Amino acid sequence: MTTARIDARFASLKVEGRAGFVAYVMAGDPSPEATLDILNGLVEAGADVLELGFPFSDPMAEGPTIQRAALRGLKSGLTLKGTLELARRFREGNADTPLILMGYLNPVEQMGYPAFAEAADAAGVDGVIIVDCPPEESADLVEALDAARLSMIRLATPTSDDDRLKVIARGTSGFVYYVSVAGVTGVKEAVAGDVAPAVDRVRSATGLPVAVGFGVKTPERAAEIARVADAVVVGSALVDRIEAAVTENRDPVADVLSLARDLSHAVHNAHAAEIV
Amino acid sequence: MNASLSNAYAWPDAEGRFGPFGGRFVAETLMPAVHELEAAWDAARADPSFQAELDDFLTHYVGRPSPLYFAERLTEHHGGANIWFKRDELNHTGAHKINNCMGQILLARRMGKTRIIAETGAGQHGVATATVCARFGLPCIVYMGAADIERQAPNVFRMKLLGAEVRPVTNGRATLKEAMNEAMRDWVSNVGDTFYIIGTAAGPHPYPAMVRDFQSVIGREAREQMLARTGRLPDACVAAIGGGSNAIGLFHPFIGDEGVRLIGIEAAGHGLEGNSHAASLQGGRPGVLHGNRTYLLQDDDGQILEGHSISAGLDYPGIGPEHAWLHQTGRAEYRAATDAEALEAFQLCSKLEGIIPALEPSHALARVGEIAAEVGKGGNVVLNLCGRGDKDIFSVAKHLGVEL
Repeated sequence: MTTARIDARFASLKVEGRAGFVAYVMAGDPSPEATLDILNGLVEAGADVLELGFPFSDPMAEGPTIQRAALRGLKSGLTLKGTLELARRFREGNADTPLILMGYLNPVEQMGYPAFAEAADAAGVDGVIIVDCPPEESADLVEALDAARLSMIRLATPTSDDDRLKVIARGTSGFVYYVSVAGVTGVKEAVAGDVAPAVDRVRSATGLPVAVGFGVKTPERAAEIARVADAVVVGSALVDRIEAAVTENRDPVADVLSLARDLSHAVHNAHAAEIV
Repeated sequence: MNASLSNAYAWPDAEGRFGPFGGRFVAETLMPAVHELEAAWDAARADPSFQAELDDFLTHYVGRPSPLYFAERLTEHHGGANIWFKRDELNHTGAHKINNCMGQILLARRMGKTRIIAETGAGQHGVATATVCARFGLPCIVYMGAADIERQAPNVFRMKLLGAEVRPVTNGRATLKEAMNEAMRDWVSNVGDTFYIIGTAAGPHPYPAMVRDFQSVIGREAREQMLARTGRLPDACVAAIGGGSNAIGLFHPFIGDEGVRLIGIEAAGHGLEGNSHAASLQGGRPGVLHGNRTYLLQDDDGQILEGHSISAGLDYPGIGPEHAWLHQTGRAEYRAATDAEALEAFQLCSKLEGIIPALEPSHALARVGEIAAEVGKGGNVVLNLCGRGDKDIFSVAKHLGVEL
């Protein structure tokens, strides 16, 4: 099952002949109001798809940056319900930009899969990435998401061989998120030379667009990845900006959007740069 | 009894589930590693030479079988059933943890892994892991909460003497939960060459089943020893529960014996009312953490709460999935003991039996009197004395207001 918004966005990127810029931030970091401003600003800055993290106390696949963001989100009082409310408010002012929720299974499980799927659909969410819910454990969740016409977006990794990619492809829709380094978010840097063949492998095994993330920190690296992938995901670098602004008492919204514009420009013009 | 717990008890199923519990809830990067481990474990346990090698080390290095000891004065003191101690505190390194570490390191070697990581709470699992790594010449990194490093200083020094690197974890309340998060992050970042020796019967499949099988040597020996000493099976088996590896090790060989009561004792901390305890079964509800679905201490939003126990080894907001299943089906019973009750039992056992127990089994000792009374005179209760108290004397002294 998939939603029209994700498919339409990747279709139009293909027509335009450019890669998409996927921006990740954590809900409630540093406050729900700031997150809403950041989401709206990211769209203006050129983000093609938004990933909104919902905080969890024990984010086992995250590096220090996203761990601290999750703590700030929790500290600002944000729950999964609060994240869905943020999504609803974002969607009121934006009809086209795909919005993906990303997080860990337990908050979803406590809300109940069908209740979560219905609430996410009502809030205008298009898809979900649940880091600790591999295909083997996701039958019930996928059923609930399908009923609400939401995409289950799965991760493929450098450890996924061709047989594993087939397992990952089943029940996946929208796009596949290729984790370009075996590790936690925001620590190791992706090597563009390794990414290209991997993206081809994932694309041919799944037949879906491939977004590449984990370890994309600078506009230069984002441009390199944009030349080989359908979309580039940047999370920790944006969250680092928010954290630095909060620490140094600057406006986190202005700071993070400045980086987002640079990343967006780099991703969108990567092909042109290659030709020049 | 529940039909699913007949003599044909064969959990987990092929997906690593114990009823609704267990499973493999890990990041995709780890899934190939989890499948590789499962295949390696299936092959190893079907290979008589693997079991022979393990048995040899258990006999000559660990010091098994551990004795089954009739605790005569404690029995007299409580005035009920005969109380027997399964003396796993006499193992090399002073606790049951080495049974599992020896099994896992032999498996790691078989798999060609060259780097070992572990998490530890009380430090007993860290010491046991550092020990087997020293014995086999493998580099060892142990993640330990900063708060636990403080309350278990002797074990930290032991690990360092054994050549391990102890990495402090400062997130959250800086105890076992955070140490396990960091170990999972290390594993996901070094998945090719690294073997993660999980210390309790929890985590993604196959860990809960594999750790249980390595620890079941406790119950198999206890069963034989009771039959040899008394001519019959015990009426009850009692063990403390944090993640639950010593308890499942004692219980598992008795699960098909309907007459044998299996009783796990959780850490009630400052009391089961409120959040200042570590009793996941009695104060939590099912959810997903650290690779498995099980009972967890959590809030309404599904955020994991920090447990509390005087015992660093029990201070964990989850429990192994097989205990969740035995609890749900009613095959095992679960009770709790507070910090204060455990401290009292710690002193009583020291004075009456000349055995200084660890704070973990002190929780079981705190309930064994009432269980012995329920079973009644002439009956037999086996308590797993899963660790010795040397590591705890500093924190016990502090709680008793004694300066050392």
